Amino acid sequence: MPGTALDPEIAIAISGLRFGYGSGDDILALSELNVRASQRAFVYGPSGCGKSTLLALVGGVLVAREGVVAILGENLSVMKSAARDRIRADHVGFIFQQFNLVPYLSVVENASLPCRYSRRRLQRAVDAHGSVEKSAARLLSALGIGEELRSRRTTDLSVGQQQRVAAARALIGRPELVIADEPTSSLDADRRREFISLLLSEAGRADSTVIFVSHDASLATHFDVAIDLGLSNTAPEPSNAA
Amino acid sequence: MLHNFGNALSLVFKSLLNRRATAILTVASIAVSAGLLSIVDRVRTDTQTSFANTISGTDLIVGARSGDLNLLLYSVFRIGNPTNNVTWSSYENIGGRPEVDWTIPFSLGDAHRGYRVLGTDLGYFSHYRYADRRPLAFGEGGPFTSATEAVIGAEVAERLGYDIGRQIVVSHGLADTSFLTHDEDPFTISGILARTGTPVDRTVHISLGGMDLIHTVGGADRVAPPVAGYEPEEITAFLIGLKSRTAIFALQRYVNEFEGEPMSAVIPGVALQQLWGLVRVAEYALLGVSAMVVLASVLGLLATLLVSLNERRREMSVLRSVGARPGHIFALLLSEAAMLAFLGALSGLLLVQLGILAIRQFALSEFGIQLSVQLRAFDLYVLAGILGIAVIVSIVPAWRAYRNSLADGLTVRL
Repeated sequence: MPGTALDPEIAIAISGLRFGYGSGDDILALSELNVRASQRAFVYGPSGCGKSTLLALVGGVLVAREGVVAILGENLSVMKSAARDRIRADHVGFIFQQFNLVPYLSVVENASLPCRYSRRRLQRAVDAHGSVEKSAARLLSALGIGEELRSRRTTDLSVGQQQRVAAARALIGRPELVIADEPTSSLDADRRREFISLLLSEAGRADSTVIFVSHDASLATHFDVAIDLGLSNTAPEPSNAA
Repeated sequence: MLHNFGNALSLVFKSLLNRRATAILTVASIAVSAGLLSIVDRVRTDTQTSFANTISGTDLIVGARSGDLNLLLYSVFRIGNPTNNVTWSSYENIGGRPEVDWTIPFSLGDAHRGYRVLGTDLGYFSHYRYADRRPLAFGEGGPFTSATEAVIGAEVAERLGYDIGRQIVVSHGLADTSFLTHDEDPFTISGILARTGTPVDRTVHISLGGMDLIHTVGGADRVAPPVAGYEPEEITAFLIGLKSRTAIFALQRYVNEFEGEPMSAVIPGVALQQLWGLVRVAEYALLGVSAMVVLASVLGLLATLLVSLNERRREMSVLRSVGARPGHIFALLLSEAAMLAFLGALSGLLLVQLGILAIRQFALSEFGIQLSVQLRAFDLYVLAGILGIAVIVSIVPAWRAYRNSLADGLTVRL
């Protein structure tokens, strides 16, 4: 399978993956993990089971020691870092646990940020709504960030509001893949449910595949597939501790 | 890749604005250092120009034997005191040589309210040249026509509020307020010279006869000597203009080897060069210190950037996640440093410009230094130099941010 043409219908295809930092032991080993295009996948497991490492590998920021990490049919493991950066900029939107926003940029500027670095997403945002700003405004409104909130400093927004701005940023320019790394861990139960359903409906509208990572297995009900990374990761346990 | 430069610049600008307190302090410290460097060099070159402008068209200065510099300083710049005098017969001997076009006798040693008094003859007003061979001009009135008349420089008139016809008293010696004043010998101001920006502005000119008059002890039986043709026993120094400059060295040798009495002849330009040689050490020391201040301010910039790196790790990985490459992170930090350095240097240079406009008049009247207002090449060097050093130095934090952004991946846990 490595090196051969990959199925573009598979949004994420991982096989024979081994990863560790520097010369240390492997901390992540996956024999196989696939997510189909437009699927909504839930990855869960306890802290330190390698969730964030997996996302950094899928985002092309880290490189596997061995095996294939392919997104949209492109094997990141054999690419140069500039090419991986290009893929990430054009095709992947990220939402993190917290501190998602650049403090010195406005709400709309934060939501538009990917369009600064990706011509493709810029073009798609302009095609969809006439301009990047309009595209950002529409996404923000859909995610419950009204006009009065948009004029505030990002640091004056609540954590929940900040996460919605981050979601808008992940979705602008309709990337094929949206990766969310515990985005709801600082939200209460009601807000959590609301955030997930808004995110998934907007991702559906953008036709984006969603990978949602959490340690909270109870959220799995919102998703098409659930992957228990704690079980899938075959790297030796002791070195997993973060 | 960023889609346009303005976009990238706005990111740099907003990032700096977000940390405006440290940014302003950094800019201010760079501004002070840039301004210091600029002003030191400006005063240095303007002082040289002012000195060089004081005398023009004079081929030789002759006085009693002394150092070249000493002779130049006391005769032309009215700084320091003559060691000895020259006899009138020597003056006539040298002045009468065929290659000599004109001479101006100088007799110094007295003062009026802190301003030096120069005894000379009418040749002074027709032959003396300053700046680019500009002759002296009268703002009001004309040359002295008797031994009891005086011509004052523009600054003397302005500072002391003197007009034509005013009677003044010359004190013996140079002290500001001398008890031994020659009350009985008042001089009447016959003319005020137009401003020259040289020590002439700070001089009271009287005739050689007038000079002798104030030194003659005696009562009312003294007779005022004539202005023209008066021959004192001694003078302090004299200036020589030649018919042809080719004769300079021959005449200089003739004066230096003069048998009647020990004398020195100096070429003004050569003596000025000696002066520069003397003050160059001090100038370079000042420039060196200023350069160190610039370096210190750039190190301050470096420290600021390094300190900010840790608190910005999260921001950097957010930028990475939205597609910024490590090169973008590197460029962002480098641009921030360049922006701070540029704003600092520019505001420093502008401050100097404003400062010069403010103190120009003071520097001219107090020190006789004409400060230039126009932008100088050196200022551009300062700007470019500070920018260059800042960019080079900030490679360190930029590289660290670059390394961090590779190592941190997308998840920094702070």
